[in-house]
Amino acid sequence: MAYSIDEFHTDYTRHRARQLATFWTVAVLLLALTWATGQLAGFFRVTQLTLADGSRAEAWVLAAGLPRLGEYIEKTIPVLRVESIGADFAEWFWRWKTWARLLLETVLIGFLATFFGVTGGLLLSFTAARNLAPARWIFWATRRTLEIARTVPELVWALIFVFCFGVGPLAGVLAIAMHSTGALGKLYSEANENIDMRPVEGVKAAGGSWADQMRWGVLPQVIPNVISYTLLRFEINVRSSSIIGYVGAGGLGQELRTAISLQEYTNLSALFLIIFATVMVIDWASEKLRHRIIGLGKTA
Amino acid sequence: MENNILSLKNVSRSFGATKAVDRVTLDIQPGQFVGVIGRSGAGKSTLLRLINRLIEPSSGTISYGGRSITSLSGRALREWRRDCAMIFQQFNLVERLDVLSNVLVGRLADHGFLSSMAMRFSDAERAMALAALERLDLLPQALQLAGTLSGGQQQRVAIARALVQQPRIMLADEPIASLDPGNATRVMDALRSINREDGLTVLVNLHTLETARNYCSRIIAMRAGRVQFDGPPRLLTDSAVRDIYGAEGLHEFDPSITEAPIRLRVSA
Repeated sequence: MAYSIDEFHTDYTRHRARQLATFWTVAVLLLALTWATGQLAGFFRVTQLTLADGSRAEAWVLAAGLPRLGEYIEKTIPVLRVESIGADFAEWFWRWKTWARLLLETVLIGFLATFFGVTGGLLLSFTAARNLAPARWIFWATRRTLEIARTVPELVWALIFVFCFGVGPLAGVLAIAMHSTGALGKLYSEANENIDMRPVEGVKAAGGSWADQMRWGVLPQVIPNVISYTLLRFEINVRSSSIIGYVGAGGLGQELRTAISLQEYTNLSALFLIIFATVMVIDWASEKLRHRIIGLGKTA
Repeated sequence: MENNILSLKNVSRSFGATKAVDRVTLDIQPGQFVGVIGRSGAGKSTLLRLINRLIEPSSGTISYGGRSITSLSGRALREWRRDCAMIFQQFNLVERLDVLSNVLVGRLADHGFLSSMAMRFSDAERAMALAALERLDLLPQALQLAGTLSGGQQQRVAIARALVQQPRIMLADEPIASLDPGNATRVMDALRSINREDGLTVLVNLHTLETARNYCSRIIAMRAGRVQFDGPPRLLTDSAVRDIYGAEGLHEFDPSITEAPIRLRVSA
């Protein structure tokens, strides 16, 4: 039985109609969802404000609030004069000694936390991979462990660890390491799930144990991914460790908190610049390194 | 030779409703060169994996020299896998490791946890691996990454890996199906030399009747999981093949027809 062009035309029309129906259904649903969530978040709220002449007026909340953002930023800008630029800068960064020490602490917290996160995440990533786990319950248990480790936010882990081990960088390291273990374990295990299983079978057929299969069959395949994810995580962890001091877990965060609560606006802008520059440098360096490693992996 | 017979008794393996291997009973004498032929899906690959215990049998028993293989576990199972080395159609090498390390994988069964994790081997083991590579003409490639080698070279690395296991049986699952004729001959010759010089039992799955006739002292033909023919190649005449498989089967085993699509598959 030949498939005539008329039959195709009927099928095609039906196919098109179904596609259009799907498109519009999804579009309307998304729009409704956006509107509802916007409503919930107070996006369409109207607020009262006092005008310059003292009279009251009503305005859309975003329109009323945006100028205040400008006001805030303006307050953080220090007074810099051409004739006394050196002295003005010295005044802006007057706590530079403390900040430099805390910046070093921030980066070190990020580094050590990444170290522990990589160790924990890598060890758990093999049993958390569906294709590699020796038993279903082990797979299930490690997956849940990783989920708990990364679903609890770093700040919450930090609060818990500050309670246990006192104020200071130790709590920060543990908090970020915990979250990193969860996040990296998931990424690593996904890399493990995408490997070619034939080398693993080769190691198994030669009499290799489960650990041998992971070490020889899996790890060489995923190592470029592991390095890439690790460097990315280091960037994220330095960012996290600069805020974690907010709850007393070491690093620059404690200075941010003091500056905000004591309304020392120029300190805030100085700290922001320091963190911004550090993160930018680390981002740049790790990206260079990452590309280098991935490139090497391809040619070697 | 002592009484080291590899013996399968009523071995079956099902995947869902499909019986991949169906009540197979075989005795394989030490030192034999056995070719297993059959269409794809006939259960050849499953049969070899059952012997190496990469797949567990649904029922039946496998024994070697009177010792049950089907009941082994843990260390004893790893030692059994070491004793019956296996090579694969796709070589199953770790492409991102160098050739020497790939060969040393064959020594892992005798290693503890720590030395394996640290990738530490003794000088004697390295010497053994290099001797195996030299025997297969691969010494110059020893430090290259395995993935950079040609298919034929990779299969010979796999044979070297199998040799350093110091096995008693060599299982080969379609070892030449992904290779061009020249490399296929080198690999089959290597298997023959291992069989003749080292006295290893060789059990090899093949897709062409011609290769089986040229190399094997015994041919086992499988169809739908069952053994249809078991005997010396001279008894496997064209008419015998027709009797076993029907005219359609013979057609499939005509090498001039079956080899062409295989070459296409490799180049694709």
